[in-house]
Amino acid sequence: MSIIQTNDLRKTYQLGETTVHALDGVDLSLEEGEMVAITGPSGSGKSTLMHIIGCLDSPDGGSYWLAGEDVAGLTKDRLARIRNQRIGFVFQSFNLLPRLSALENVELPLLYSGNSDAKDRAAQALNTVGLGNRMGHEPNQLSGGQRQRVAVARAIVTDPAIILADEPTGNLDSKTGDEILKLFQDLNSSGRTVIMVTHDEYVAKHCSRQIHILDGKVQKG
Amino acid sequence: MLFWTILKVAFKSLMANKFRTILAMLGIIIGVGAVISMLALGAGAQNRVMERVTAMGTNLLVVRPGGQRRGGVRQSTSQQNLKLGDAKAILETVADVDSIAPQVSGRAQVKYLNKNTNTTVTGTAATYLNIRNFTVDKGRAFTSIEEERSAPVAILGASTANDLFEDKQPLGKEIRVGRINFRVIGVLAEKGDQGWFNPDDMVLVPYSTAMKKVLGQDYLSEIDVQITDGADINAAETKIEELLRKRHRITSDGEDDFHVRNQAEFLEMASSVTQTFTILLGGIASISLVVGGIGIMNIMMVTVTERTREIGVRKAIGARDRDILTQFLFESILISGLGGIMGIGLGYSVGYVISRFTDYVPVVQMQAIILSIGVSGAIGIFFGYYPAWRAAKLDPIVALRYE
Repeated sequence: MSIIQTNDLRKTYQLGETTVHALDGVDLSLEEGEMVAITGPSGSGKSTLMHIIGCLDSPDGGSYWLAGEDVAGLTKDRLARIRNQRIGFVFQSFNLLPRLSALENVELPLLYSGNSDAKDRAAQALNTVGLGNRMGHEPNQLSGGQRQRVAVARAIVTDPAIILADEPTGNLDSKTGDEILKLFQDLNSSGRTVIMVTHDEYVAKHCSRQIHILDGKVQKG
Repeated sequence: MLFWTILKVAFKSLMANKFRTILAMLGIIIGVGAVISMLALGAGAQNRVMERVTAMGTNLLVVRPGGQRRGGVRQSTSQQNLKLGDAKAILETVADVDSIAPQVSGRAQVKYLNKNTNTTVTGTAATYLNIRNFTVDKGRAFTSIEEERSAPVAILGASTANDLFEDKQPLGKEIRVGRINFRVIGVLAEKGDQGWFNPDDMVLVPYSTAMKKVLGQDYLSEIDVQITDGADINAAETKIEELLRKRHRITSDGEDDFHVRNQAEFLEMASSVTQTFTILLGGIASISLVVGGIGIMNIMMVTVTERTREIGVRKAIGARDRDILTQFLFESILISGLGGIMGIGLGYSVGYVISRFTDYVPVVQMQAIILSIGVSGAIGIFFGYYPAWRAAKLDPIVALRYE
């Protein structure tokens, strides 16, 4: 059974007078343990697809099954729970909360799920990404690569099956970008499904599979 | 999220913007401070009224001419129907009456050598001193012989004595009240100004002397009746009313041409005045609380807008709408709650300053503290709810893209 399965996924936006078809019938099937790159030019609808896969957004038409569960019928609270437990987000601009230490940032998802051993697990996640010695630092005391590592630690702290990354190396130089890419490959080899949205061919080549989106449709080939 | 975690998060984000937080708090601090000090002032005034009424004497019934007020208009026309005979009859026939003090009073010019003052001349009996809690500081009170024989003797109130004699010895000196000379036989101990009249500014003379020689009237302005300790004051009041109706030949369906007041009525009257006063002051002060609440709402709206991206991130990693709502609600409750506590401090300080510079002693009551903590918490919830709701309803994608 596919971990992610979409059928004829549609999403439209109203931009003034014109209707934009961000997704125009996307059929997608991802297996557990895959490392997938979703590529495409800006405006192709790849971000919208990622938001829907990440349960941040809901489609206007079509269906989306996450691990066999139809997401369409779920309540907002249930979707929040899925984002918390089953999906880990990594953003291009890191999106760490300022004024919180690395450890506190990583702890956050666990606080929303009410874990009692949040500190230990957050520390463990930071060790995994190689930042065990930077736990007390605030984001503005860390380099870009370190910040992205903290963000990765935050994404994996609840031990989700899927990691969703939106241009994770977009704000990094090529060397640190490689390190982060390596990190994702490690996560993938430990059994997690990794989905990366990128327009960088180099990044896409490191994935086991590429899905190219153009004008809201998946390009065959 | 756990309660302590939410509190910690809220506290942390307030500390991140200390100056703004303090400005937002200031409205509540001032509001609560104003309410606390105004209520304390009211309670202080109330206590003082109680003290004064108690100082007038315990177990006291006051008989005055004229009927009860009905709709602000006195029903009886006669003000001259209370006679010495009535006073004597009350003492002799009503059970449980310990002592009585008939009173007549008027204002007169009082002179000693080249000093003179215009003051209240009260004609009464020596029992008056005991009933009204006066003590004789120097000299002595009237004797019953002096009372019966209209002796020209006078007892001076402390400030009257001071006006006429300054630091000279007044005892045995002759003073002129109206057109006749009196010998000073005593000076009263100071009692302190009581607001509506100053008990230290008067001259006491025997009632018979006052009626015949000074004021020239055969009726009394008041009879003070002291009831025996522990006796039923209401029963005594009823008996006095019955006695006076009989003596004044009032038919069973006629209106009283006198009225009897007891302590409880005085207390009621006095406290209803201070209560109105307190409500008025408290009401004005609570307007500033509402203004403070609006200030919090304003700050929270700004905060939510500023932290749109943070809200997006929190939602992306699994915060439910409810989590976001409580987080921001806690912040506003924390602002108003802490403001409330500081406001109590401010209220206390204002009360302390007032008590230093006036002889008022404001009383900060527990109810006032509980009330203002409750009210400021409620303000936090009321004015914080809308901004928090706006935060909770943000679309995570829009919030994440917010620059």
